[in-house]
Amino acid sequence: MTVEAMSMHVELTDAQLVARCRSGDHQAWNELVERFSRYVYAIAIQAFKLPEHDAEDVFQEVFTRAYEHLHKLRSDEAIRPWLAQLTRRLCIDRLRASLQEQPEDVPEPVDVEDTIGRLDEAMAVHEALAILPDNCQDILDRFFAKDESYRTIGEALDLPSGTIASRISRCLVKLRVQMEGRNSGPATS
Amino acid sequence: MSGYEEERLGELLSSLPPAPEPWVHAAKQIPQVGERLDRIVERAESDEEYRRKVVADPEAALEEADVIAHSDAVEILRRKLDK
Repeated sequence: MTVEAMSMHVELTDAQLVARCRSGDHQAWNELVERFSRYVYAIAIQAFKLPEHDAEDVFQEVFTRAYEHLHKLRSDEAIRPWLAQLTRRLCIDRLRASLQEQPEDVPEPVDVEDTIGRLDEAMAVHEALAILPDNCQDILDRFFAKDESYRTIGEALDLPSGTIASRISRCLVKLRVQMEGRNSGPATS
Repeated sequence: MSGYEEERLGELLSSLPPAPEPWVHAAKQIPQVGERLDRIVERAESDEEYRRKVVADPEAALEEADVIAHSDAVEILRRKLDK
């Protein structure tokens, strides 16, 4: 997901985005893919530890089915758990196919629930990140999610590499304040 | 979430790396792919010889329609042709 896309996403709730997709808005579909692509990818790779080529098939199938069955979603706000469930089911199918066993013979990896819980938490942090100034979004995403070095970040953002660590630290403080504000304030969407 | 230590926030940010860009690009194309598949099916319904070609080699039909012949696209095309 690009930083620009992340910024744009905070304008629409999940429910609003789903409603637009259902009305045939291709731009909204692009945004939906951007918003949830990391989540679906992480479930396949981290929770189920699928090899890359299987994860790619699951990833495409999740979004294909999501597009085809979006009208069946009972609550537009429930898109994230729905995608998580769909991804889990397709990952299990993939594991079963690779082992040539029946579904009941292939249990989920033991820590799937915990991993998805952690990813849900990470999605909340990403939502908070999208509200921070662009420079903070960019530097935190590059350093943590994209695993870029200080040198690479410095070159990309035209910053002295010696200042990167302190900028990251300041941006993390802003992110923490943002997260605390979200959780202590009234519920939104 | 409880305890917003910076280290914990960093760990959570690290747990959502970007999906490979070609995957994301392909997923964004799903609506357009659906429309192209519908056009293939429409043509197959009115042209028996074309239908036979598509059934025999769906990958080639997809490539001709400028659709990446991903396994999902092939499966969806088969389902639509069977309807």
